[in-house]
Amino acid sequence: MDAQLMQQLVNAISLGSLYALLAIGYTMVYGILRLINFAHGDVFMLGSYFAFYAMTAFLLPWYISFPLAIALTVIFGMLIERGAYRPLRNSPRISIMISAIGVSFLMENLAILVFGGVPKPFPTIPIFSNIMDIGLVRVPTLSVLIPVTTLVVLFALWYILGKTKTGMAMRAVSRDYEAARLMGIDVNTIITITFGIGSALAAIGGILWAMKYTQLQPLMGLMPGLKCFIAAVIGGIGDVRGAVIGGFILGFGEIMIVALWPDLSGYRDAFAFLLLIVILLIKPSGIMGKSITEKV
Amino acid sequence: MKKLSLFLALTLVVSVLATGCGGGGGDDAQESTVIKIGVLAPLTGGDAAGGILEKEGIDLANELYPQVLGKDIKLVYADNKSEKVEAATAARNLVDKEKVAAVLGSWGSGYSIAAGPVFKEAQVPAIGTSCTNPLVTLDNDYYFRACFTDTFQGVVMANYAFNEAKVKKVAIIQEVSNDYSVALAQIFTTKFIALTGDEKAIVANASYNSGDQDFTAQLTSIKNSGAEAIFAPGTFGTSGLLMKQARELGITLPFLGADTWETPVMIEMGGSGVEGCVFSTFFDAATPLTETTTIFLDAYKEKYGEDAEPAAVTALAFDAYLLARDAIERAGTTDGPAIRDAIAATKDFPGAAGIINLDENGDAIKPAIIKTIQDGKFVYKTTVNPK
Repeated sequence: MDAQLMQQLVNAISLGSLYALLAIGYTMVYGILRLINFAHGDVFMLGSYFAFYAMTAFLLPWYISFPLAIALTVIFGMLIERGAYRPLRNSPRISIMISAIGVSFLMENLAILVFGGVPKPFPTIPIFSNIMDIGLVRVPTLSVLIPVTTLVVLFALWYILGKTKTGMAMRAVSRDYEAARLMGIDVNTIITITFGIGSALAAIGGILWAMKYTQLQPLMGLMPGLKCFIAAVIGGIGDVRGAVIGGFILGFGEIMIVALWPDLSGYRDAFAFLLLIVILLIKPSGIMGKSITEKV
Repeated sequence: MKKLSLFLALTLVVSVLATGCGGGGGDDAQESTVIKIGVLAPLTGGDAAGGILEKEGIDLANELYPQVLGKDIKLVYADNKSEKVEAATAARNLVDKEKVAAVLGSWGSGYSIAAGPVFKEAQVPAIGTSCTNPLVTLDNDYYFRACFTDTFQGVVMANYAFNEAKVKKVAIIQEVSNDYSVALAQIFTTKFIALTGDEKAIVANASYNSGDQDFTAQLTSIKNSGAEAIFAPGTFGTSGLLMKQARELGITLPFLGADTWETPVMIEMGGSGVEGCVFSTFFDAATPLTETTTIFLDAYKEKYGEDAEPAAVTALAFDAYLLARDAIERAGTTDGPAIRDAIAATKDFPGAAGIINLDENGDAIKPAIIKTIQDGKFVYKTTVNPK
């Protein structure tokens, strides 16, 4: 039983940190722009496809493919911002959100057209597919790599937002971008950078996801996207630490529900949505969120 | 200037629309010279690989036998996008808009079950290709199928587990939102308990949802359940992933499954994880069953290369097309009820995947083939005949 519980913990950490990584991307864009980027899950899908094609079509080794895929995804993310969000900068927030949903549909269907609807197997990379035996617990390399990546990303973000000039500008834009502009901050550049970072996070998440679940398909971003949005809301959307906490709560919850009540394992997805409802009822601003009264 | 360009753009749009309509009108005029056969299949989404294998078979049959009643057969594909709701919409589209004479498909019982009432109501006969769930044809006079049902398949696998694999305790993992998987799990459970005479022969019962990609929790709980084999009926992509994760968790138990596993994608997805799994399927290319099998194999190899091995569902889809064409020929009309009666009267029809005789529900009575995966290839094990 103990070995089994330990194994479930390993499973949960690996799933939870993957959710956390994606939730950070959601929450960061929201924190700075007050925009729920519904296309985040699709940018995630794009990142994994870029890595896939770099490795299978261009036969590049993983250490070139992954940075390349991340770079391409960043460019794509910035283009989306340019094309779909910037023209609506001064429109009501709801218009941008609808535009985001539109972008999401567009990307999904374009992906079906371009990449094909048939799932593709992500190539196995030997050094990432090792499995360690610790006592009776099996720990795949990825189960260690994913939480470590999440921590590194968290630290990097903390550094960028807290210690750099760009980060300071980002925080200023998140407070009030009209005032930030008056202070001489190039708001457009800052927002583009924000989307760039958000897309890089999505791409990293997408590549890790593809290595873990080895199956790519154009709609693969849909469910993870929704769940990580939930994770971000649970943690308090806009708060990076909250996103990590939310991701872990979701990952642990999903694994433990199956571990403790195997009969309920089919209701795993329902758990995520139920949790969202409960949080919205009890603490709408999320675990780490501060309740802010909206100025009208 | 701006107004001018807007005007130009509008004119362009209108003219495109007009020519578009013109083309459509032309089609209507040709209506009487073609007979439309609809194909309902998952061409995108998680099950697309299955749908595309069936499309291969239908296209091949259409190339070999392009005519019926002296008219060309026009295939109309309707993609159900691997979603049940979409399946009903796609079926409605085939029936109302395309006015097809008959429908083939779908890969995946859930999609066929969702589409069934539409065909029944519109009195358009449908021939299932590889959808094995009993509910597809039950209480539906207009649904037939070219394959056997899960009632037979589930029993075959339970017998195999008990008699050949000689296991006494089995764990089950099912895809709880997939009619196909649930029915197989249920039939297997009933039969296996009857065979072992042990109420507790199924030691663990876990489930997952369509689209799930993480099965580590379910597998971990099965690992120490005392099971000697795992029955995991599910679709190829998910099952490949499931077995891979099982091996990563150190689970070495044999996996048992059913027909959908015979899809090359499963080997691609599962890699070494799927080695040694055993499943029942419809057809084995190495043992030709009828003259049609030879015709099918020759045409297949000519089109896809000498080394290409057709999947069982490709052969079944080929058969479904032939069955529909033969019925339309015998009915002498494209009238739905007349074609329906002609299909129901099918006797000893030589299909590529064996002789087809339909029972009172419209299900084909056929032997099951048991196969395994060895060195990344599907390998024939044995044949089980229906009683």
